[in-house]
Amino acid sequence: MLLQATTTATANIGSPITAYWPVMIFFVVAIAFPVLPIILGRFLRPAVYGKGKMRPYECGIDPITDAHSRFTVRYYIVAMLFLIFDVETIFLLPWAIIFMGDDFSFTKFALIEMFVFIGILVVGYYYAWRKGALEWA
Amino acid sequence: MLFFAPIEFINQLLLKFFSGDTINHFIWPFIQIGLVVTLVAGWVAYATYLERKISAFMQARLGPMRVGPWGLLQPIADGIKLLTKEDFIPEKADRWIFFFAPYIAVAAAFITFSVIPFGPDWAVITDVNIGLLFVLAVSSVGVLALILAGWSSNSKYSLLGALRSSAQMISYEVAMGLSLVGALMFARTLSLSGVVHAQQLDSVWFFVYQPLGFLIFLVSGIAENNRAPFDLPEAESELVAGFHTEYSGFRWSLFFMAEYAAMVIVSAVAVTVYLGGWYFPFVYRYTEANGYHNLYVIVSLLVFIFKLLAILYLYFWLRWTLPRFRYDQLMDIGWKWLIPSALINIVISALAIFIVQALNGWRGIKTIESLSSGLDLTPIGKALMIVMGLAGLGLTGLSLARINWRSRDFNLKNQRRNIRLVNVPSGKPAVAPIVPAASEG
Repeated sequence: MLLQATTTATANIGSPITAYWPVMIFFVVAIAFPVLPIILGRFLRPAVYGKGKMRPYECGIDPITDAHSRFTVRYYIVAMLFLIFDVETIFLLPWAIIFMGDDFSFTKFALIEMFVFIGILVVGYYYAWRKGALEWA
Repeated sequence: MLFFAPIEFINQLLLKFFSGDTINHFIWPFIQIGLVVTLVAGWVAYATYLERKISAFMQARLGPMRVGPWGLLQPIADGIKLLTKEDFIPEKADRWIFFFAPYIAVAAAFITFSVIPFGPDWAVITDVNIGLLFVLAVSSVGVLALILAGWSSNSKYSLLGALRSSAQMISYEVAMGLSLVGALMFARTLSLSGVVHAQQLDSVWFFVYQPLGFLIFLVSGIAENNRAPFDLPEAESELVAGFHTEYSGFRWSLFFMAEYAAMVIVSAVAVTVYLGGWYFPFVYRYTEANGYHNLYVIVSLLVFIFKLLAILYLYFWLRWTLPRFRYDQLMDIGWKWLIPSALINIVISALAIFIVQALNGWRGIKTIESLSSGLDLTPIGKALMIVMGLAGLGLTGLSLARINWRSRDFNLKNQRRNIRLVNVPSGKPAVAPIVPAASEG
């Protein structure tokens, strides 16, 4: 019984593009849901211009420079490391799905493949760590 | 069942006007989406109430009590207040980006609900075959909203908060994705319904096989939502309100809506992948096997919601239990603890699966019942997997503690030694001499 339920459910996993139609509907609803209260609120809320309240908040002191100034380079390093690791995650996902299976010789091959892949990655990770890319302060 | 007679009637009525395909792919999903959006909006409203009540009980206070019985109407009053508040844009702000950033945040958090399996049959909106990838991809769009909001505000606090939160979110996203790889090796499908079915067939929740993966996912999920103890972007004592400092009125509350919805998403994925989703032992045997299909769906739905609420309570609990991390500690936890342990988790899970598969049929040991129709291990195989999972957890903890032992931020012993340098009773100055740079290593 249990097996039967599972197989019938897995039958529509490889579903065609129709599975994405509800996602599209949800997209429209998710856009409309926050926009509507803001449009409705237009009739309820006041709109009074005031020079003082248009200033960016800086604890009561007048801002003297533009906010878009330079910031520390570490954010860029984090972003670059993120790119590398995120792409690597994408590569690992399909591997994880086909790893375990009836064909044991393939599992052996996939295990070695994975060791090579993660090994190369760990070398890069170690390099980044020793270079101090992961240090913040 | 009599309870479902009206729904059947509506279905018959719809069939008179539309084709079966249209009803299955558009009209029922639309009704489901309406229900989900309403429920999530209700959750967002009452999450603020719960947050205040739970914090109050943890601090031996009462919390909101004035509006309605036990303050139950407080969220509605707050909503009306927010609707009638002025919604202004600071001067020199990037007007259009400032307008659209909250919409991006809410939409990115909400769309993900379309692939979450809330229950077995009709309780799932759609079953996309790349469900988990879809969740990861769409939820990472939320970072975009934060950075756009912070950048367009033209305020220094906003910009700093946005930079911090985006750096934090992308750091923890890596650990989150990597920790899921371990569980996917057992599930062998990216479809979220398929993940639950794999757990149902094996009658094991995957956190038993993947204790380390579950732990990494929970920690990085909490950090991904910018919740305490990882709420650095909104650290009110140093950054005012982070990226939404300049927002006001309903537009401001949209960010909160996105945050609470994202909490539900992360909890739902944790429940689906690690805690069995809607699967609970014995439910199938007493309902579906006896022919009560709709009862089965409803009980499973309740099981899912109960598990979800348990994880969500953890969020509130942690917020009032743990102090906030420093920013360098936060980045250290992400890059030096969670990512290496996620990588080790992948290696150990792969080895465990390899060993269990290699042992199958060796000297008459049987570890695997069947793999072709889905994961199904024998008790010996399950025990082996659990033992290796726990061993992996211990091994990873020990090895990472060894590697990070010299790290300045976690070596509290070293920090205490620096403090002891100050020797007040013997008359020396109470300020430490400026030499401990050498001892910091």
